[in-house]
Amino acid sequence: MSSLAQSHLRETFELNIGPQHPATHGVLRIKVVMDGEYIDRAEPILGYIHRMHEKMGENRTWNQFWPNMGRLDYLSAMAYNHCYAGLMERAAGIEVPERAEYIRVITAELNRIQSHLLGFGAYIMDLGGFTPLMYAMDEREQILDLLESVTGSRLTYCYFRFGGVYNDIDDDFITGTRAFLKRFRPQIPMYHKLVTGNAILMDRLIGVGPVSAEMCRKYGATGPVLRGSGVNYDIRRNEPYSVYPELDFDIPVYKECDSMARYMVRMDEMVQSCRIIENALNKLPEGPVMAEKVPKALKPPNGDYHYAVEAARGTFSMRTVSDGTNTSYRMRLRSPTYSNVSLFEEASRGMLLSDALAFLGSLDPVIPEMDR
Amino acid sequence: MNELIRLLSYMICIAAFLGLNLAYLGWVERKGAGHIQRRTGPKDVGPYGLLQPLADGLKLMSKQLIVPANADRPLYMCAPILTMVPAVLLFVAIPFGEHLVPREFNFGLLMMFAFASVGGMSILIGGWGSGNKYSLIAGARAVSQNVAYEIPMLITAITIVMITGSMDLNEIVRQQGGFFWNWNVFRLDKSILMPVSFLVFFICSLAETNRTPFDMGECEGELVAGYHTEYGGMGFGLFMMAEYANLVIGCSLTTVLFLGGWQCPFGLFPGPHWFLLKMYFLIWCFVWIRWTYPRTTFWGLLNLSWKYLIPFSLVNLLLTALFIKVF
Repeated sequence: MSSLAQSHLRETFELNIGPQHPATHGVLRIKVVMDGEYIDRAEPILGYIHRMHEKMGENRTWNQFWPNMGRLDYLSAMAYNHCYAGLMERAAGIEVPERAEYIRVITAELNRIQSHLLGFGAYIMDLGGFTPLMYAMDEREQILDLLESVTGSRLTYCYFRFGGVYNDIDDDFITGTRAFLKRFRPQIPMYHKLVTGNAILMDRLIGVGPVSAEMCRKYGATGPVLRGSGVNYDIRRNEPYSVYPELDFDIPVYKECDSMARYMVRMDEMVQSCRIIENALNKLPEGPVMAEKVPKALKPPNGDYHYAVEAARGTFSMRTVSDGTNTSYRMRLRSPTYSNVSLFEEASRGMLLSDALAFLGSLDPVIPEMDR
Repeated sequence: MNELIRLLSYMICIAAFLGLNLAYLGWVERKGAGHIQRRTGPKDVGPYGLLQPLADGLKLMSKQLIVPANADRPLYMCAPILTMVPAVLLFVAIPFGEHLVPREFNFGLLMMFAFASVGGMSILIGGWGSGNKYSLIAGARAVSQNVAYEIPMLITAITIVMITGSMDLNEIVRQQGGFFWNWNVFRLDKSILMPVSFLVFFICSLAETNRTPFDMGECEGELVAGYHTEYGGMGFGLFMMAEYANLVIGCSLTTVLFLGGWQCPFGLFPGPHWFLLKMYFLIWCFVWIRWTYPRTTFWGLLNLSWKYLIPFSLVNLLLTALFIKVF
């Protein structure tokens, strides 16, 4: 195959995929030099939806920065909330009531299932199968309804606060979540039967888009991309935060390094998230959901603080330097898909156009998070 | 004079039949997709959304035709028409019933294949004339796909011609009379591979009509909308209608060649109703497949044709020749 790309008669042309293109999940632009149907060089060009969240973090007070956290990765905003809450609690030394931490984990994991469901549906749609998306949307809708009942919003959550969460969960939410888990659990084997076992799908995923562990290390890829390359790395285990150490779950790791491995990691993570939620619901303690005496205008002491969480697409971490005032001196957000998509250029060399777009889908990019 | 009136009335009937099918197959597809995907499909315009095709048609017709600046204007304009004409022409040879056939040709089958190739060409012309790289890639893909799948389709058709000894579509149907084991798909006495041969023909007609899992010409995930990316309004509408016309043609041909056309499975009351029943069943299968499977890659598609379908249909051809000679 590559012999064709190296032949003397080669004639290349440039193809601009995006910024508006159905395969790029948003306003990502990929400048591709094509040799027939093969990709010579693909260069992702970012910045079409850059909103300067980091700069906003330096201009707004700590509390005013909360709404920004829902607008980075709009599909797993809860994990981003969690990161900011954790960061500032670490900085200001706030003790969080245990019930609040459990609620945080439950909502964040529900959010992760929702994100993976949409990722699964949209990925199969990239491959030309439209139906799984509708099934996934159906399940996702139930999660959104549940989360809406406690947080008040469906997508861009601003639910966590320094020192807890702003609204306690009620019995309706708990019974609703249990009912959802009961309904959702048998759906995953059904998806495997309907979608994963499909011969065409296996043909398109197995062996396509190899990303070695070495390449992941080079570009800093995390999340399902890294775990699909055989590296057992998950912030929830490696740098435990919140109440994750008390909960019972496994980290799915696949060694195949191809699109199928990344797809399977996401599918298995949904099962594990179900386990976490069930576990956390069983252990849910009574008590307050907000720490007492958290100052309205937070002024963390001078210092350099860092906090990382496992979002649906990989490690999200925040680093801030505080100068003791009510705004941040420097704010830095490290978002997972920015690193994940960076490896696209190297990994897509010599790939077929259709395989490369299938590979891009397997990285599951969310553009507003990449551009921040 | 009589002949002229007969032909004219057939022409009107075909136009009406085609118009109805083109409008309502879209509705069937959307409704089918809806039910496969846990939703309702069109339901607001008219009862059960039955007036949706009219609304769509009106919308498409009232849209402004925008020709891209760097399009090859004559080619761009003629491609949608060129895709529609052979699709309509082909209905002339299809036997809906024993006496319900516009024109009985000796070479009906040959004409089918000749005009079906024009459809593939019009996709290339549309893709080329649009002056868009995505359209061009899609056009090139569609043509190599059509070429690859026409071969096994033709070879399978030759098998049928060898069995029936005729290229007249109505004669082919006549020979499949009586009970359903006389249908070509079950003619195990002529070649034990006949059912698989039917499958080959079915897959080929899926590919020839550019439908999922072989919709390389469109692949909305990669090539935006493929060869009709730059077409709006009725230009797009014609491509869409031609797709359904080709669908009807493909299913009619499969019905005629393999499923006994207008013959009844039990030898009772043969007639056009049986033809329509079988044809619509096949069309429903097409819709079903479309909303179930993801798309193959371009190479997967060519591999399937050159490595499996063509060798297989050749083997079947030889086997049939052997069976005919021996028995």
